[in-house]
Amino acid sequence: MFTRVQGWLDERFHWADIIGPLKKKTVPIHRLSYWYFLGGITLFLFLIQVCTGILLLLYYRPSANEAFESVQYIMTRVQFGWLIRSIHSWAANLMIFTAFSHMFSVVFLRAYRKPRELTWLSGMFLLFLAMGFGFSGYLLPWNTLAFFATKVGTEITGQVPVIGHPLMVLLRGGEDVTGATLTRFFGLHVAVLPGLTTVLILVHLALVQYFGISVPPGVEARWKASPGDARQMKFFPSFFLRELMAWYIALGVLGALAALLPWELGTKADPFAPAPAGIRPEWYFMFMFQTLKKIPAKVWFVDGEIVGIVVFGVAGLLWLLLPFFDQLARGRGRRFVMGAGVFALCYMISMTIYGYMAK
Amino acid sequence: MDTWRNSCCAVALLLLMFFCDGLACAQQQNTCLDCHSALDPPLQVTAETFAQDIHSQKGLTCASCHGGDPTKADPEAMSKSAGFRGKIERSQIPALCGSCHSDAAFMRKYNPSLRTDQLGQYKTSVHGRLFAKGDRNVAVCIDCHGVHDLRPASDTRSKVHPLNVAQTCSRCHADTAHMKGYAIPTDQFEKYNTSVHREAMVARGDLSAPTCTTCHGNHGAAPPGVDSVQNVCSTCHVFQNQMYEKSSHMSAFQAAGLPGCVVCHSNHGVSHPTDARLGTGPQAVCMQCHTPGDSCDQARAEMLANLKSLEDAIRDSDKLLSVAETSGMEVSQARLDEDQARDALTKARVTIHSFSKELVNRDIQDGLNLAGKTLQAGKNALAERDYRRRGLGLAVIFILLTVVGLFLYIRQSEREAPKV
Repeated sequence: MFTRVQGWLDERFHWADIIGPLKKKTVPIHRLSYWYFLGGITLFLFLIQVCTGILLLLYYRPSANEAFESVQYIMTRVQFGWLIRSIHSWAANLMIFTAFSHMFSVVFLRAYRKPRELTWLSGMFLLFLAMGFGFSGYLLPWNTLAFFATKVGTEITGQVPVIGHPLMVLLRGGEDVTGATLTRFFGLHVAVLPGLTTVLILVHLALVQYFGISVPPGVEARWKASPGDARQMKFFPSFFLRELMAWYIALGVLGALAALLPWELGTKADPFAPAPAGIRPEWYFMFMFQTLKKIPAKVWFVDGEIVGIVVFGVAGLLWLLLPFFDQLARGRGRRFVMGAGVFALCYMISMTIYGYMAK
Repeated sequence: MDTWRNSCCAVALLLLMFFCDGLACAQQQNTCLDCHSALDPPLQVTAETFAQDIHSQKGLTCASCHGGDPTKADPEAMSKSAGFRGKIERSQIPALCGSCHSDAAFMRKYNPSLRTDQLGQYKTSVHGRLFAKGDRNVAVCIDCHGVHDLRPASDTRSKVHPLNVAQTCSRCHADTAHMKGYAIPTDQFEKYNTSVHREAMVARGDLSAPTCTTCHGNHGAAPPGVDSVQNVCSTCHVFQNQMYEKSSHMSAFQAAGLPGCVVCHSNHGVSHPTDARLGTGPQAVCMQCHTPGDSCDQARAEMLANLKSLEDAIRDSDKLLSVAETSGMEVSQARLDEDQARDALTKARVTIHSFSKELVNRDIQDGLNLAGKTLQAGKNALAERDYRRRGLGLAVIFILLTVVGLFLYIRQSEREAPKV
């Protein structure tokens, strides 16, 4: 049966020519090969997001009057609605976690180096899009915590020099966070971001396919010195089946989290109520939020918040251009780039923990 | 010619401005304050103090009460010819204040909504009646409202603002030396400070909570009579009063000349009511009159037991719902029902004032039904949680088997086809 379908496709689309390169694709085998799974797991979690997101769309209503109630309805009345919503929320967080892990693995294995600069750039933009998914999706249940966190988050956007205020108004659909903001975030979350992400994922995968999988510099040097040591496995089926195992494990973790720790709904947002204590963003924005909180109100004569935003902006831009610096740097310079990576990771982890511990 | 005419006009305008300015200065001049701000208390009145006074803000001057002419210098300002009255005798104070405050036409110019019956009410008060008999030790207007820095009652700094009334009254009523000879206790303020009413006023900031004047009146202040206590309390505790009117206690208390609500709740030191009042312990009130074992004692015991059973049912359901919530289950509807069960408990406690076990039991039964529903919702939520966990267990087993299967398949296929 399978052979007949394959023959039918081959006759019309020259299928063998299309999947030919994939059949020849190989994956290097060395002691750090397991880091290669992170990109695939992130993709798997994105696919889960798409599927559960479509199911949630069947019941979700994007208006300030109905959003909270519709999510409550999904959680309590819809068959397995609690599971779908919990998986969607947990998968979103795990996806950002694996995306960050993937990014740092690329940094520490220096997989971004020539000729893979564009692969790095497309991956970084995918991470920004994932964070955009998180920020826009956080508001959609229209609960108190999300409402005020969005208020704070968009206020911070408003502090960006020159374009800040128009950008904030554009995001909010006015001067304040209202039902208009919810509608915009919904549109962004279910139409704009998925479209962009899908295109960028295809570009990213095409680049990975085109340039092949990077080998860490140390391993590469060894293999050059002794070509007999170089080991590869076929992408199909060897690596693919291993990736499938990783996906299954990710699915198990996701199911366990959704069943043991269902994503809570909180209380419905009341725009006229005072902001409750303990307002905080999602964990992946926490390091930035905590930093901005700790910067003094005035740094010399400039607003502390503006200084923080500019510093994060510049740091983000430098991080984005990392492959190009690495190319220019040699010896000590490359160690400096690695040091910057270690510092960024330690800073993000410590400020996130501090943000959760601080009262 | 035009230039000459314009110059004349300009000079005339300038002179007019100087004249008007001088006139304004003369109007604002207050020679009373020039001296009195430099004197020692009690004669001291500074410009700052007087500027805070509502009368000053409305344009009244020292002369409005004391006569004289503040625009003139001493001794002309304090001359008899200028109508100077000097210090107002205590005996003249109510009449002097009343001369404006009882004049509806005059008061309408300043504050049309302000009542003008204060003096009439004062004359009916214990203070006013004693005052009329020549007792100058009793409170007159300035003792409560102050003088020279008098503020409207809505101002939190006013001595008659709801937050400050008890303190103002206590200045005389908690002073044993001052109250000697009046044969009334002086512990009202001390007791009030321990009361649930004061807690509502100060701790919760509820300005509608009772203070001295709420029950005793202000200008017509007098203790409520035994017969009127119930009416006074019922201005706020409407439902309790409705229940009390249905009870057998009302006629019994009236016949015995007992002061209604105060019999069980006391007056100034009214504390937060608890179910223990229906019990037999130190806080019990029923058994102060009733005999153990009589029909009333049995009804009391039944009502207390029922209240406790509802309280326990709500606690049990609350516990279960909390467990369900910490397990991540959605039980917001059950929480709403639980609030209604709590409302039923509160209603039953109000119905206690009917002293009818049938009426109380009806409310308790409503609450028990709701608590039973929420308890069941909690059980259902936990059953659902267990179902999910079993489902998870099965899914994990399936996933593990698949992973193991994949692992074995990979191993076998790679053994057969060596790596490239």
